[in-house]
Amino acid sequence: MGHQVNNTDVIVVGAGIVGAACADALSERGLRVAVIEQDIAGGGATAAGMGHLVVMDDNAAELALSAYSVALWNDLVGERPQRHEYSGCGTIWVAADEEEMDAARVKAQTLSAYGVTCELLSPAALYAREPQLRAGLAGGLLVKGDGLVYPPKSARILLDRAMRRGAITKRAAVTAIEDHGVVLADGTRHQAQHIVLAAGSRSSALLPELPVQPKKGHIAITDRYPGFVRHQLVELGYIKSAHAASGDSVAFNLQPRPTGQVLIGSSRQFDTIDTAVEPAMLQRMLRHATTFTPALAQLNVLRCWTGLRAATPDGLPLIGPHPARRGLWLATGHEGLGITTSLATAQLLAGQMQGESTRISINPYLPRRFHV
Amino acid sequence: MFEFAAHTFANNRANGDKGDSLTLSINARAITVAPGVSVAAAIAMAGSIVTRRSVGGAARAPLCGMGVCQECRVTIDGRPHQLSCQTLCADGMHVQTGALERAA
Ligand SMILES: Cc1cc2nc3c(=O)[nH]c(=O)nc-3n(C[C@H](O)[C@H](O)[C@H](O)COP(=O)(O)OP(=O)(O)OC[C@H]3O[C@@H](n4cnc5c(N)ncnc54)[C@H](O)[C@@H]3O)c2cc1C
Ligand code: FES
Repeated sequence: MGHQVNNTDVIVVGAGIVGAACADALSERGLRVAVIEQDIAGGGATAAGMGHLVVMDDNAAELALSAYSVALWNDLVGERPQRHEYSGCGTIWVAADEEEMDAARVKAQTLSAYGVTCELLSPAALYAREPQLRAGLAGGLLVKGDGLVYPPKSARILLDRAMRRGAITKRAAVTAIEDHGVVLADGTRHQAQHIVLAAGSRSSALLPELPVQPKKGHIAITDRYPGFVRHQLVELGYIKSAHAASGDSVAFNLQPRPTGQVLIGSSRQFDTIDTAVEPAMLQRMLRHATTFTPALAQLNVLRCWTGLRAATPDGLPLIGPHPARRGLWLATGHEGLGITTSLATAQLLAGQMQGESTRISINPYLPRRFHV
Repeated sequence: MFEFAAHTFANNRANGDKGDSLTLSINARAITVAPGVSVAAAIAMAGSIVTRRSVGGAARAPLCGMGVCQECRVTIDGRPHQLSCQTLCADGMHVQTGALERAA
């Protein structure tokens, strides 16, 4: 990093997975792109995320965006999945009781109607696939096309691809956003026709009017235990807890890394930007996880960390022009789904900027829905 | 250097109980050692110093001998990732190392 930012068409603020994907999509369309990152590319929420590529269906807009994006991921990882540490492990949504099994059936209908391949699992079918799950569960839903990547590596690959097309990167902190321009910490001003704000949970530090607030999450990773679990496992109760608009919560979420390690998630907390690991929250999360896979308690945990998701009031990202500022585009507010939805975000943003028609409707994600 | 490591571990046995001996298996091969010998030492005495493999398949061996470096992890009685330098041999113990795994 350290190039001059001049003569560019677009300045992207932030080199997380979203900024990197935008730089890739915009440079692919022939635009001259500069990416300004204050820290390390992919070092923000992107490095903290589990990297689960998951189709979510809480509402039609989330389903459209995540399904589109998972398809784009499959194209991106393509022939060389190892570069992204990709695994096509699929997701099993675990149903603890009959009520959750009903939720699994509804989910299966929604996903199937959208063309997403999935399969309801009886308890026997569930235990055949995941013998570590505790006895007495009601079943589950297997979504086969879901997968996972190592997000900071994928961000780097996207950024490198943009740089091979001439994009430049600069290490600097943006301190203010102006019409068609940014101000850096050293006081210099840089102009471009388009500014793209992809600063994750720090976006509202630059634009206080944005309805984006941090939602803290804890993750733990174990030593290598190949085959302990084989699919990304998520409790169906996750849907109840993860989308609460306030309060602390934990949900069972296990991910088998290609190294044989197990990622253990996840927690959600509002009203804090302190990224310290909190033992009480970690304990709650780990204890909850062992209620689903008791043998987890025997595994060695190597590291724990946290990250800040950028949460919006309706759980959907902000993708599109800022309604009141000139030359400013928003690509932020991806909450817990930004690794998954980064690639589709970039396509929707670049498409709008270039006046192209987009594969899915842009309307649900337009920032103007919040009247900022 | 590894020779030295093996020696250090082997001499680390407890005094007393001199007449006793323990038999354990390392990768299904039986080895008899004196009480007080660490599993890391027994592995070295059995002829290979490899304890585990890195993600990329490279062979690893004990380095610090004091529970810090984590390079000496082996599977003991079915439990993976046990520190062989911090575990004393016991009669009938089954130890599995990464020696027979292939380099990736
Ligand atoms: C614990 C946890 C688990 C998650 N698991 C998943 C998952 O399994 N699947 C999934 O899809 N998503 C997951 N997510 C969500 C996902 O990680 C985020 O949505 C995604 O990383 C957001 O990417 P981003 O590029 O918007 O933000 P970031 O990665 O935070 O990038 C923003 C970048 O902008 C830079 N920046 C900020 N302000 C400035 C400034 N003023 N000047 C210059 N640079 C600036 C930052 O340094 C940072 O690098 C998880 C998140 C967390 C916290
Ligand atoms: S040799 Fe270093 S921890 Fe055992």
